[in-house]
Amino acid sequence: MRTIQFREAIAEAMSEEMRRDETIYLMGEEVAEYNGAYKASKGMLDEFGPDRVLDTPISELGFAGIGVGSAMLGNRPIIEFMTFNFSLVGIDQIINNAAKMRQMSGGQFNIPMVFRGPTASAGQLAATHSQAFESWYANCPGLKVIVPSNPYDAKGLLKAAIRDDDPVIFMESEQMYGDKGEVPDGEYLLPIGIADIKRAGDDVTIVSFGKIIKEAYKAADELAKEGISCEVIDLRTVRPMDHKTILDSVKKTNRLVILEEAWPFGNVATEITYQVQNQAFDYLDAPIVKINTADTPAPYSPVLLAEWLPNAQDVIKAVKKVLYKD
Amino acid sequence: MKEITQEVYLKWYEDMLFWRKFEDKLAAVYIQQKVRGFLHLYNGQEAVLAGSLHAMELGKDRMITAYRNHVQPIGMGVDPRKVMAELYGKVTGTSKGMGGSMHIFSKEHGFFGGHGIVGGQIPLGAGMAFADKYFKRDAVTLCYMGDGAVRQGSLHETFNLAMLWQLPVVFICENNGYAMGTSVERTAHTTDIYKLGLGYEMPCGAVDGMDPAVVAQEVYTAVERARSGGGPTFLEMKTYRYRGHSMSDAQHYRTKEEVEEYKKIDPITQVKEHLLENGFATKDEIKEIDRRVKSFVSECEKFAEESDYPPVEQLYNTVYEQQDYPFLPHKL
Ligand SMILES: Cc1ncc(C[n+]2csc(CCOP(=O)(O)OP(=O)(O)O)c2C)c(N)n1
Ligand SMILES: [Mg+2]
Repeated sequence: MRTIQFREAIAEAMSEEMRRDETIYLMGEEVAEYNGAYKASKGMLDEFGPDRVLDTPISELGFAGIGVGSAMLGNRPIIEFMTFNFSLVGIDQIINNAAKMRQMSGGQFNIPMVFRGPTASAGQLAATHSQAFESWYANCPGLKVIVPSNPYDAKGLLKAAIRDDDPVIFMESEQMYGDKGEVPDGEYLLPIGIADIKRAGDDVTIVSFGKIIKEAYKAADELAKEGISCEVIDLRTVRPMDHKTILDSVKKTNRLVILEEAWPFGNVATEITYQVQNQAFDYLDAPIVKINTADTPAPYSPVLLAEWLPNAQDVIKAVKKVLYKD
Repeated sequence: MKEITQEVYLKWYEDMLFWRKFEDKLAAVYIQQKVRGFLHLYNGQEAVLAGSLHAMELGKDRMITAYRNHVQPIGMGVDPRKVMAELYGKVTGTSKGMGGSMHIFSKEHGFFGGHGIVGGQIPLGAGMAFADKYFKRDAVTLCYMGDGAVRQGSLHETFNLAMLWQLPVVFICENNGYAMGTSVERTAHTTDIYKLGLGYEMPCGAVDGMDPAVVAQEVYTAVERARSGGGPTFLEMKTYRYRGHSMSDAQHYRTKEEVEEYKKIDPITQVKEHLLENGFATKDEIKEIDRRVKSFVSECEKFAEESDYPPVEQLYNTVYEQQDYPFLPHKL
């Protein structure tokens, strides 16, 4: 199979859908002439022209809302945030308008649109540029939240997100755009709301999503050398959440570690923890452990950032703890 | 306004050259990966700062800007060694290594950051002016933003409020032609940015931002208007940045020729020529300044290199006032 970069998978998904459906447009800062701040829309201006691939000024509130308004009258917009940190400038339009329109209007208006861009930390970018808002958006009824971790999933899920008739938050990572992975030539879609078992294993379940899952893989590799077999589940979609895949795995391994790059208070891991204790309490042989970023804004200094950000060693420790091997 | 004397020109030359070389050094150590993250350099825009500082009352007036913010605090009196250390992420840095390149702050010297969300500092600048008016201090806030930032709603809401309440603030747009790779022309119907003041009846105008003497005069008029209760002003400084937006920018959006054109009106060169033409300094005296600048930049680098990284506890003790705040654990 051919191998492409994550950013190419994103561009392919958008381009294929735009070829198929003329109501779709891409709008955001630097998406057109610059080919995307991270080159995730390379070649799209050339192919689709300036009416469908639109550079905006730095006006997140304005263009997020223009996206929602146009979706009420037949467009299927893809709105790119240069990073989701900047979506906060436009979050009113996402939460109060995109997520609510269908319900408030008694189902008259649906908002078939995608808000996409990178999430979470990407090196020493300090407090305002290192935030993960998956759990914020996932908390809001009316939205769906997708966070893929490799090019294959990204392409199939982005195509599904674009075809979905409700607003979807689609989160990438600056640190994944260069990642390569196998992606078939032909068209495919992946279902929203279905997790994927990335590594099968028996001793412990590790649930994660997004770029930080790579730390779980590293940990699983290390632990395998010690004869510990980890099942790594990639959530892929945060809302709606695939509880069944998680529960089935926990019922098999009886132990759960959750790795999520986000602040610890009330995050996605907390939600999983609730569901598992509620529905598989009797299967658990150890308390669930979740690993997150520190409960502080991201620091700039490299030594502090290393402490702040979870890594494979933290996962290894957690796995050993739930196996009572520490 | 304080007269623009021989000493002022000499100071401008030395200051601006120092800022330029200081940032050239940052670019060099960035390539060596000693400084990480984003690095937005001020190369080319120095006259805006030099002129503004001349018009302000240092020690009383305040400044706030975006993330292109390494040299402004130095101009306001912050020890450049501490700024360099901040970029190295060292405990001796202006924010103890917590903020890095985009977030230099100095309460002591009236420098209020250093802000990374485009347009986010605009209401803050007006808020600082609000507090000064509230407490009847006769300080003025100079609030800077880029040509990209003026398209944020924050500017428009703030302009209205600042005029409504006649706040002692001067809004200064540093129009360097581009917001990342996007030229002003490509994202706005009105490209004369200063005209954004008109809708709010805010005094406004465009200024040659490559000549510190011109900047000083215009900023002075605005600052004194604010200080005497005349409310805000909006100035558009026509300037240019020579380097890319941050460190990874192939700059396909402009030509090399365009950059070269602007280098012909480089503020440092302009001031140097003024010094030589008026007999304010000899070539040897200029050389002596250049030597001093070079050696001080090296001293900053050495200081940053030799400083320590912060202790791990610092992750927690800068977040809340309450020192025993119960943070949640994030790992075992
Ligand atoms: C709200 C927000 N959107 C986008 C960005 C990404 N971004 C950082 S700087 C920048 C361009 C700003 O240009 P300008 O205001 O002209 O300032 P300059 O960099 O030229 O000094 C952009 C889009 C951001 N930091 N914040
Ligand atoms: Mg600019």
